[in-house]
Amino acid sequence: MSKKVLVIGEAREGSLRNVTFEAIAAANIVSDGGEVVGVLCGDGDLSEMGQEMVYYGASRVITVSNPDLKTYTSDGYGQAVYQVIQDESPEGIIMGHTAIGKDLTPKLASKLESGLISDATEVIAEGGDVVFTRPIYSGKAFEKKMVTEGLVFATIRPNNIPALTRDDSLAGSISEKEVEISNIRTIIKDVLRKSSDGVDLSEAKVIIAGGRGVKSAEGFEPLEKLAEVLGGTVGASRGACDAGYCDYSLQIGQTGKVVTPDLYIACGISGAIQHLAGMSNSKVIVAINKDPEANIFNVADYGIVGDLFDVVPKLIEEIKEMKVNA
Amino acid sequence: MNIYVLLKRTFDTEEKISVSNGVIADDGAEYIINPYDEYAVEEAINLRDEHGGEVTVVTIGEEEAEKQLRTALAMGADKAVLINTEDDLEEGDQFTTVKILEAFFEDKDVDIILGGNVAIDEASGQVGPRLAERLDMPCVTTITDIKIDGTTVNIERDVEGDVEKVETTLPVLVTCQQGLNEPRYPSLPGIMKAKKKPLDELEIDDLDLDEDDVEPKTKTTEIFLPPEKEAGKVLEGEVDDQVKELVSLLKTEAKVL
Repeated sequence: MSKKVLVIGEAREGSLRNVTFEAIAAANIVSDGGEVVGVLCGDGDLSEMGQEMVYYGASRVITVSNPDLKTYTSDGYGQAVYQVIQDESPEGIIMGHTAIGKDLTPKLASKLESGLISDATEVIAEGGDVVFTRPIYSGKAFEKKMVTEGLVFATIRPNNIPALTRDDSLAGSISEKEVEISNIRTIIKDVLRKSSDGVDLSEAKVIIAGGRGVKSAEGFEPLEKLAEVLGGTVGASRGACDAGYCDYSLQIGQTGKVVTPDLYIACGISGAIQHLAGMSNSKVIVAINKDPEANIFNVADYGIVGDLFDVVPKLIEEIKEMKVNA
Repeated sequence: MNIYVLLKRTFDTEEKISVSNGVIADDGAEYIINPYDEYAVEEAINLRDEHGGEVTVVTIGEEEAEKQLRTALAMGADKAVLINTEDDLEEGDQFTTVKILEAFFEDKDVDIILGGNVAIDEASGQVGPRLAERLDMPCVTTITDIKIDGTTVNIERDVEGDVEKVETTLPVLVTCQQGLNEPRYPSLPGIMKAKKKPLDELEIDDLDLDEDDVEPKTKTTEIFLPPEKEAGKVLEGEVDDQVKELVSLLKTEAKVL
């Protein structure tokens, strides 16, 4: 049965996040030939980003521009999106499982008294049903889940459901909606940017992670250089965070972030079960560790037994050389 | 201050997961307080010590969850409530949980509710924000610092690695992120005292709910384990050669460069 499905888009630093395009692809499956309607909140002209959502497969896009939506607040965005939902009466809603998605969607689901399937890594249409696959126990197991009643509402994990190919011959209307926003109860005083490259771990295609073997905060420098050469971002094991080598926001594992990049390079990480839970579903895993018995080698596609301070700089040079020759 | 903590009993993070008869096998598994909820318990105790009042820890689950509640009491919480659904509910989802919690909080005078930002088992992260919406309270997720002055609340929260500074007012619901504090271990006197602290047990009937009111909106149709990862290639030879081989493999075989 075809459905009307809303996709709540999300921008970062003035451009749409890739997970928004992935959400359109997921919504396309959920809609089963119905309409996929993009929703974008913000301040100022959002039509260009709306157009981009159309190129990636949205049938049309509703933009909601309001000074109170300049930065995300759960109250502001909650009210804006809720008003769009009231107008459109969708049968499905899809959003990225990002910091904003995690904050906004449960509130909306609660207001709508609907179910919500969080953090899906796969969506398939089976008969008349839509079945979502999602990791549980941090990826130690998976479950298939479906909505039994009402709205098909889900968030999708970045990097798992491929976006449709961008097609700039696609056309769709971009319409503006005015909303009433009142009583924002949380005021954002300041944002301290700590992630220098602006790439979030959950969305990164390449992650260079350091463990206790990195030995100090300075020890992360070669890892940062390698990340730079590969266009990736740096993560860490709990061991490295607990030892104070880096911020907890970099932690990957059962507590911390669960990541699924295309390439994960573990440097000086032994591979405790809690860490493996957070990264073992990465597409390609490289382990660099002095200890040939380290658990990390059991999940690695490629392993180098050696000192990371010897291996990583050589790896940087080799990749640079490959790029020059390419 | 009336401080409430939402707590969930979860598998220990050390546990390997296996599936039998379509469900996660739990025989012999060790259980703990969900690690993110442990930050909530610790912060609640600190807030009480600073501002006075009482910390009540609430969980929904089976009889066995009493053990985790006693642990929270041993850490320093004052009271505990177990909403026992063992006899009434076969299945539930986040809608179910929040419907029950909403009924529980209906007649409570609340200043702050703390919970984990996510549970390490089902990992939906929905219960906190869902409950805040039902109770019409502001909600701040993934907090790493909190200061309360009168009714003004200043919070730092983790937003994908950045720090957002937020001001709000009581009553508020917050969900805790790693980095907020270092949860204490229960002390021996704490454990002794915990045995005498009040632990109330309720059933959904006591909250004027029946099974139909809390019927889940979603269902799990299958649980399975990810395919075992085959052990990969450990490269050999001089480091320089290994590095060359690795880059070549990443480019031609894995196709990620």
